Amino acid sequence: MDKIFERPLYPYERHHDQDCAQPARHTVVVIGAGPIGLAAAIDLAQSDIPVVVIDDNDKVSWGSRAICFAKRPLEILDRLGCGDAFVNKGVTWNTGKVFFDERQVFEFNLLAEDGHKRPAFINLQQYYFEEYLIDRVRELQAQGKPIQLRGCNKLISIDQHKDHATIEIETPEEPYTLEADWVIACDGATSPVRSMVGLDFVGRVFEDNFLIADVIMDADFPTERWFWFDPPFNRGQSALLHKQPDGVWRIDLQLGWDIDKEQEKKPENVIPRLKAMLGDDVEFELEWVSIYTFQCRRMETFRKGRILFAGDAAHQVSPFGARGANSGLQDTDNLCWKLKLVIENKAPEKLLDTYDIERIHGANENILNSSRSTDFITPKSQTSRIFRDAVLNLAETTQFARPLVNSGRLSVPCTYHSSPLNGPDVASMPRRTKPGSPAIDTRVGQQWLIDLLGNKFHIIAINTPAPAELEVDNLTIETLQIPVTDEVTQRYLGDTKNAIYLIRPDQHVAARWEHFDQSQIEKALRQSIGKMLND
Amino acid sequence: MTNLNTKPNINNPDGFYAELLELHEHLDKDQSDALNARLILILANHIGDRKVLRQAFKIAQLANTSNKE
Ligand SMILES: Cc1cc2nc3c(=O)[nH]c(=O)nc-3n(C[C@H](O)[C@H](O)[C@H](O)COP(=O)(O)OP(=O)(O)OC[C@H]3O[C@@H](n4cnc5c(N)ncnc54)[C@H](O)[C@@H]3O)c2cc1C
Repeated sequence: MDKIFERPLYPYERHHDQDCAQPARHTVVVIGAGPIGLAAAIDLAQSDIPVVVIDDNDKVSWGSRAICFAKRPLEILDRLGCGDAFVNKGVTWNTGKVFFDERQVFEFNLLAEDGHKRPAFINLQQYYFEEYLIDRVRELQAQGKPIQLRGCNKLISIDQHKDHATIEIETPEEPYTLEADWVIACDGATSPVRSMVGLDFVGRVFEDNFLIADVIMDADFPTERWFWFDPPFNRGQSALLHKQPDGVWRIDLQLGWDIDKEQEKKPENVIPRLKAMLGDDVEFELEWVSIYTFQCRRMETFRKGRILFAGDAAHQVSPFGARGANSGLQDTDNLCWKLKLVIENKAPEKLLDTYDIERIHGANENILNSSRSTDFITPKSQTSRIFRDAVLNLAETTQFARPLVNSGRLSVPCTYHSSPLNGPDVASMPRRTKPGSPAIDTRVGQQWLIDLLGNKFHIIAINTPAPAELEVDNLTIETLQIPVTDEVTQRYLGDTKNAIYLIRPDQHVAARWEHFDQSQIEKALRQSIGKMLND
Repeated sequence: MTNLNTKPNINNPDGFYAELLELHEHLDKDQSDALNARLILILANHIGDRKVLRQAFKIAQLANTSNKE
């Protein structure tokens, strides 16, 4: 069968850089064409920053890996000009069921709040995710945007100098060298760049293995997330069943620590396990099987001079909570506008240190959440197992215990409440749109607010005048006047009657006031592009 | 702000104590441990206030170390 992850999507082609006597110099080189590297490149190229992506492969992710994508990353994909493809193909789900031993202990509904363009979650195979990003790369190329994708180009060394890095690349032909003003390392969990520059990766490796199987079956399980603690078909361990498009189902079976990975991966061992779970009479075909040992750790810093780390290269979490790719997209969302302003000399280089500050905060939050889920799912002591089982037993009969059940806390958008880029706040306005938070979507006439923001600075003016356009320090700020509705009151006004919000190019709130004041806006803008940071 | 009540607060202490032990009669150690865990969770939820709960944790912890000394 021809699977998209077996098909070369960006096969090797010789580039004239390979014939230069002197290494060609590029503005930005992205290492790795996984979901994060591709998103970074699209973000920069659509703002006309030239970018070259290299990958040692020429295909999308082998097998599915990430399947669950949250609302905030979908909004980021909208800003990257390609959200529809993902949402149209993905399956939307709201219901989760939790089973303990032989019985269902409860059911929850993630019913999203009304008045958002995008659903709380979609499930979509990672290979589609990457394929749609590559489609977007091709679309940008057709528009003449400066983006190149070089397959079978493997980074073999990297050296840093004062104002650039030198990269040595292996190809199916002879190796060649490139120079880059900036490098974004999105080369995944085993990041060769990370080890080449000798940076640490700190945190916990959990002593556990998971069998991840994607099976194709014609079964009438509903589009729900089913999670089992200690089920009869996988005693003492956990299991997960989740639907993807095309009749593909994700099955996760916890295996424990002391196993022989190669043995467990063999179909003759996998199939009986799946039959025990699904029942003997369900017909299925294995699409992809993998054994996964996860880790919760991050680099101590995501920036080293001219090299910026993003995605799995910078941090890793357990898969419970779907925080890997979801948080990686928030990395590049945070990084790319800053890098663009620095490249264009509109912001000081120090602005890039706030990528480190803001996204380390994001990584810590994700690591904390996923470590806690892991501790619940895999109790580390007899007492923690006793409490875990007590919670599950109580959850069946009493409501109060249900919020304590932790089968993965699904990814929510990261807020940078204590970022040094944040300007003034108004306490009587809603907490959820405080400076540092991502803007919350809402209907604006026939449009969605989230579609009107991003890629540059905006002012949102609600029930109060502001100039239509403003020029501060060579940056254009555009004003959106939005009408007051119940949603706008709830999400932006709170106890005030009118508001002015300054929104960053990544759609995060920089500052807010009740009235427009030019000098205040100027000050907050300078602050949000790193001009007030101490050395 | 409420603090943890450490003054006697239970009516008929001997009756309460007997009732608590009765719960565990005919249970083996594992069953008793499980029951205690459920009980802690139920009572903790009733209290709700994290500060009060933390005061309770502290007292429970200290009582244990002084036993060992
Ligand atoms: C079983 C499983 C389930 C998951 N579920 C979810 C989920 O539901 N939701 C979610 O958000 N995340 C999930 N994740 C995590 C998600 O898959 C990763 O976070 C995501 O793939 C990270 O993307 P990335 O681009 O940083 O790295 P990768 O996808 O690993 O991409 C790295 C790229 O770098 C390239 N590369 C490596 N070395 C070199 C080199 N020397 N030269 C050139 N190129 C190189 C590789 O070929 C690769 O293409 C899951 C992961 C697993 C394993």
